[in-house]
Amino acid sequence: MKDRLSAFYWLNETQFAQASSEQITSQRRSAIEKFEIEGFPSVRDEEWKYTSLKKLITPDYLFPSPFVPLDQEEQIDFNDIKQFLVNDIDCYQVVFINGRYSSWLSETTHTNYDICTLGSAWKKYPEVVESYFNKLTKDDGPLVQLNTGLAWEGLYINVPKNTIVDKPIQVLYISTGDTPVFNQTRSLIILSEGSSAEIIERHHSLTNHETWTNAVDELHIGSNAKIHWVKLQHDSSNASLTQHSKIHQEKDSTAIVHTISTGGKLIRNNLDFSLTGKGAEARMFGLSLGSDRQLVDHHTRVDHIAPNCSSHEAYKGIYDESSRGVFNGKIYVHIDAQKTQAYQQNNNLILSEKATVDTKPQLEIFADDVKCSHGCTIGQLDEDALFYLRARGIRNKEAKALLMLAFANDAIADIQHPSLRVKLSQLIGRKLGVDMSNAL
Amino acid sequence: MLEIVNLHASIDNKVILNGINLKINPGEVHAIMGPNGSGKSTLSNVIAGHDGYDIISGDILFDGESVLNFPPEKRAHLGLFLSFQYPVEIPGITVSNFIRTALNEIRKAKGEESLGASPMLKLMREKMKVLEMDKGFLSRSLNEGFSGGEKKRNEIFQMAMLEPKMAILDETDSGLDIDALRVVANGVNALRSDRNAFIVITHYQRLLDYIIPDFVHVLFNGKIVKSGGKELAIELEKRGYDWIKKEQK
Repeated sequence: MKDRLSAFYWLNETQFAQASSEQITSQRRSAIEKFEIEGFPSVRDEEWKYTSLKKLITPDYLFPSPFVPLDQEEQIDFNDIKQFLVNDIDCYQVVFINGRYSSWLSETTHTNYDICTLGSAWKKYPEVVESYFNKLTKDDGPLVQLNTGLAWEGLYINVPKNTIVDKPIQVLYISTGDTPVFNQTRSLIILSEGSSAEIIERHHSLTNHETWTNAVDELHIGSNAKIHWVKLQHDSSNASLTQHSKIHQEKDSTAIVHTISTGGKLIRNNLDFSLTGKGAEARMFGLSLGSDRQLVDHHTRVDHIAPNCSSHEAYKGIYDESSRGVFNGKIYVHIDAQKTQAYQQNNNLILSEKATVDTKPQLEIFADDVKCSHGCTIGQLDEDALFYLRARGIRNKEAKALLMLAFANDAIADIQHPSLRVKLSQLIGRKLGVDMSNAL
Repeated sequence: MLEIVNLHASIDNKVILNGINLKINPGEVHAIMGPNGSGKSTLSNVIAGHDGYDIISGDILFDGESVLNFPPEKRAHLGLFLSFQYPVEIPGITVSNFIRTALNEIRKAKGEESLGASPMLKLMREKMKVLEMDKGFLSRSLNEGFSGGEKKRNEIFQMAMLEPKMAILDETDSGLDIDALRVVANGVNALRSDRNAFIVITHYQRLLDYIIPDFVHVLFNGKIVKSGGKELAIELEKRGYDWIKKEQK
């Protein structure tokens, strides 16, 4: 598979080069060369110790070419994807099908700010792309390099100084077709000083074949700017996602990321924050609900580089059947990052004997005046709480589901839109088997 | 309504209940008193169906039917209710959602339609008024950060909503100041009828000034060693439990 991907790049290099600047082309080339040397990560790699990609790289995937327009079979109707969108909130909408932009399903803007697709930005905004593309991802592992080499389409947002994006940006990545498909998606998000934006992101597969999306995101959050990003990973059981999201934060900026991983075959999230300016704040929340043979792997990293920054991390997981969870949370407090406040918590419920969780907090602190705390738990449902519910007439199964929902709800409490929160809560409730009708 | 026949129960091979006999008819209020460790909470847990105890022998009949093999939820569906001595804190479930689920599960078990959101809220507000509870209570997480008094009031609120036939109040008075005690007792008295019955478990006679029992039983070493009218409670309050312990030796 490695060779096929590399061949795919070299075959298409002329076209990549034609569509973007020389600087970008040379970055692509060096990235693909790194990928050729390293190949896919294996479990011998410390970072991939608990997550094997062996099965993921076996299928004979189609690599959709960004230079071939969507064909008839890939054209989908709005009704096919409506259920994957949040429809009761007015949103900008950006939809990709097999890594290519679908203009007829999207609604974007170029007025006060640019919400469009990276595919058009290469040509349209070469200076911006040159100054920001691959700036945060140079040193990352082979999956990121592969993406940098083949990156073409994805979300492109550029918000000028002191501008508030008036409605959430909803981005939907659809995989479809009658063969297994491997998509690279890439997003580049630039929020200038004092601006703010909100993103609701979802990946979904419409096919019964294996799909794998390898996503990379670079977010540049200027001073006093604010991003709120909700990632909904509720895909079908043959869809896998590996996603590396890098967030660079300047002075007094805020980044809030919710990762709700409730469906899919293999999910690997790398979510990294660099707090480079005083007073920057990173908040991340995760909820993983594993069933069947699902694997949800969260690797997070916060680099406290500047003083007076704070990070808050709360991840929860519920694992049933033969599912597996991985949590690795790194916090690096660099030598100048005095007055850092870092909080990390990972709590897990295991519901079956076959389910497993590997959790590993990893703190390295080089400054001396800091407040850091971390904790992780792996446990079962509280028997006393269960008896309390059952003694009130709530059947065992229902009571268990209710307790799980209570445990899980915490993770979405910080989501601002009540209707999105309700939608997520219902989705979580359904997955856990709670009757959500007549909810008060 | 409830009949306990020669009930023996143990936990971790330690016998706690040592032959309890008790018969409760509709309309009656029975007080069970006794020193610490006499088996009062075990008795209420066993009646409610806690599976942490081994039933060695004896039976519990509810409306003539043995409930020993019934799970706690089925006992609740039949009309049994336990007001917990230590209500469990459950962050993430609101009071309203909890009670809504419980009431609708019980209605479902009885073959009744589940109650929609608005009649449910209306009913909750009515019952809360009697218990002098604030509206904001409904949206709080179940028992989380509640004061002792709020927890007990919440138990009685649940009882008022679920309207059980047979309610066991396990030390509902502990942790209550005198005003809260009065409110809780009023709540209980408002529910009393000739169709339901109560077991009031308490250390002190204080609560029985407000909820007047028809019978008072003294539990000691897992056995009811003395039964009488409400005057027995007054005597216990005056003399303590020592004379009972001595009588047993």
